[in-house]
Amino acid sequence: MTTLSTNSTERKPLIKSRALRRFLSHKLALIGTVMVLTLTFACFVGPYLLPYDELYIDLMSRFAPPGTNGHIFGTDPLGRDIAARLFHAGQISMAVGFAVMIIATCIGSVIGVISGYYGGAVSAVLMRVVDAFLSFPSVFLLLALAAFIQPGPVMIALIISATSWMEVARIVEAEVKSLRNQDFVQAAQMLGLSNRWIMFRELLPNAIGPIIVAATLTVARAILLEAYISFLGYGIQPPLPSWGNMLNGAQQYLANAPWLAIVPGVAITIAVAGFNFIGDGLRDAFDSRSDLG
Amino acid sequence: MARYLLSRLGQSLILLLIVSFIGFAVLTLAPGGPLSQFALSPGMTQEQIDKIASQMGLDRPVVVQYFDWLSHLVIGDWGTSYRDGQSVLHVIGSHLFATLLLMGTATVISVTLGSSIGIYSALRRGGAFDYTMTVFAMVALSIPTFWFGLIAIYIFSLNLGWLPAGNMYTVGDGSVLDYVRHLIMPATVLALVDVAIWSRYMRTSTLNVVNQDFVRTAKAKGLTRRRVLFKHIVGNSLVPMITLAGLQLPMVLGGALVTETVFTWPGMGRLFLDSLGYSDYPVVMGLLMASAMLVLVGNLLADITVALIDPRIRLD
Repeated sequence: MTTLSTNSTERKPLIKSRALRRFLSHKLALIGTVMVLTLTFACFVGPYLLPYDELYIDLMSRFAPPGTNGHIFGTDPLGRDIAARLFHAGQISMAVGFAVMIIATCIGSVIGVISGYYGGAVSAVLMRVVDAFLSFPSVFLLLALAAFIQPGPVMIALIISATSWMEVARIVEAEVKSLRNQDFVQAAQMLGLSNRWIMFRELLPNAIGPIIVAATLTVARAILLEAYISFLGYGIQPPLPSWGNMLNGAQQYLANAPWLAIVPGVAITIAVAGFNFIGDGLRDAFDSRSDLG
Repeated sequence: MARYLLSRLGQSLILLLIVSFIGFAVLTLAPGGPLSQFALSPGMTQEQIDKIASQMGLDRPVVVQYFDWLSHLVIGDWGTSYRDGQSVLHVIGSHLFATLLLMGTATVISVTLGSSIGIYSALRRGGAFDYTMTVFAMVALSIPTFWFGLIAIYIFSLNLGWLPAGNMYTVGDGSVLDYVRHLIMPATVLALVDVAIWSRYMRTSTLNVVNQDFVRTAKAKGLTRRRVLFKHIVGNSLVPMITLAGLQLPMVLGGALVTETVFTWPGMGRLFLDSLGYSDYPVVMGLLMASAMLVLVGNLLADITVALIDPRIRLD
């Protein structure tokens, strides 16, 4: 009897541990976690283990294929070590990804919670703005912004965030809307708590599961978008390397030095797939219905 | 039905208005601006720049510029390209066909392949095929389109020599077969992400339909498996996909932009990048509008089609 009653009072940690257990039993999610951790480790520790600096130019060993003279991934048209550049680029690309995740999630959550809580005209206007942003092909808007602003990494993160917050806004709005008329919200209103308190302390925490899932997928999306615009020459500018701008000149050397294209592309795919796998695992973990199937 | 159509049309127009304002404001207020190109010229004095600004009407408040631009837009005057003085509408029009051809072909590929995979996965839920396709879809969603294009060119053009590495046709040829040969690679590359998305949604949609009463009725009537599948399941699970096709349009269009760059395909994406390179604001703005219109018209068509097929919506 006693065990039963303690179980029912400690509901929250139980749910948490169940979500964790579900996540850990999700094979793809674990693979994703390993992929992301390995890549992060390589990017941050790798540079110290390599014989070459990422800026060291050696015109005598241009286009060295992978494996020659300690260049594990070969060299680029200036004879720089691709591995060193790849790891350094990874730090930048992943930092952009995480920055976008934080910024976009904040913007999306604030807009979503306001729209969901107040409803009516406020919601109508905000959600039309969300729709408007969604009907731009985001790459077009991103490029237009990036081309005219001539940005550094911080600006790139801001610009990508400006086209990535809508998903979170929609999710939070739907979640808050469904919670708005529940007893605990009415209780809080009757206690005289401010609207801001109710929105951010009472409602938003209840949507934390879907927000975390969307945030994880946003990292993947941001890394991809950074690669797109840097590949087209409007993202992170050289000499600063990013996975996207390493691919920028790769097409013209495709016939003779295919590793220039292959290596960064594989890194991008691993990173993006890793975050997508984790996001998928989290979605299943937070979705209590997945217990049934 | 007429009321539904009118209200959807009204919503689209309002959305287009918001989109146009966001686009215009962003481009106008961004540092640099159309005049930065002139400022680069060494002999240029501030006086001359101001003169150009007032000639081009760029010294007026943004809102005034916006309404001026909008009122011209409505009557079909989208401005003239800074680059070659041609009308923006003409420039965009001459690149529209190539993009629509590419997107159309890619959509046909992704719809056929994606729905087949989705239906088969749903019918064999939890099987090896289903699991493989789940993983495939997520990996496909993680590959940058342009990189997939580069690898395809490396394999099929440079090594195997089967397909041309770029352009829409060979100069001096231009037969249908020639177009098809040029189209295969970019269309497949562009379709990859969509195949992944379609297969996932089609799987969910099919799973929803399979458990419906009318499917049980059809089976109970003693219809053959094949007949139940094609007459009752496939048709009904495709209906929500029409809306999805509309919603996917911005992504396909964005994908077309990079695909066109990799394969030197002479469409709107290439035009957009070229215009960015020249700071050709009227064309950039025109393309933003054209792409938003394309997306909204696509969504509208999708909604109308669904309303025509599904009587429940028509009655509202």
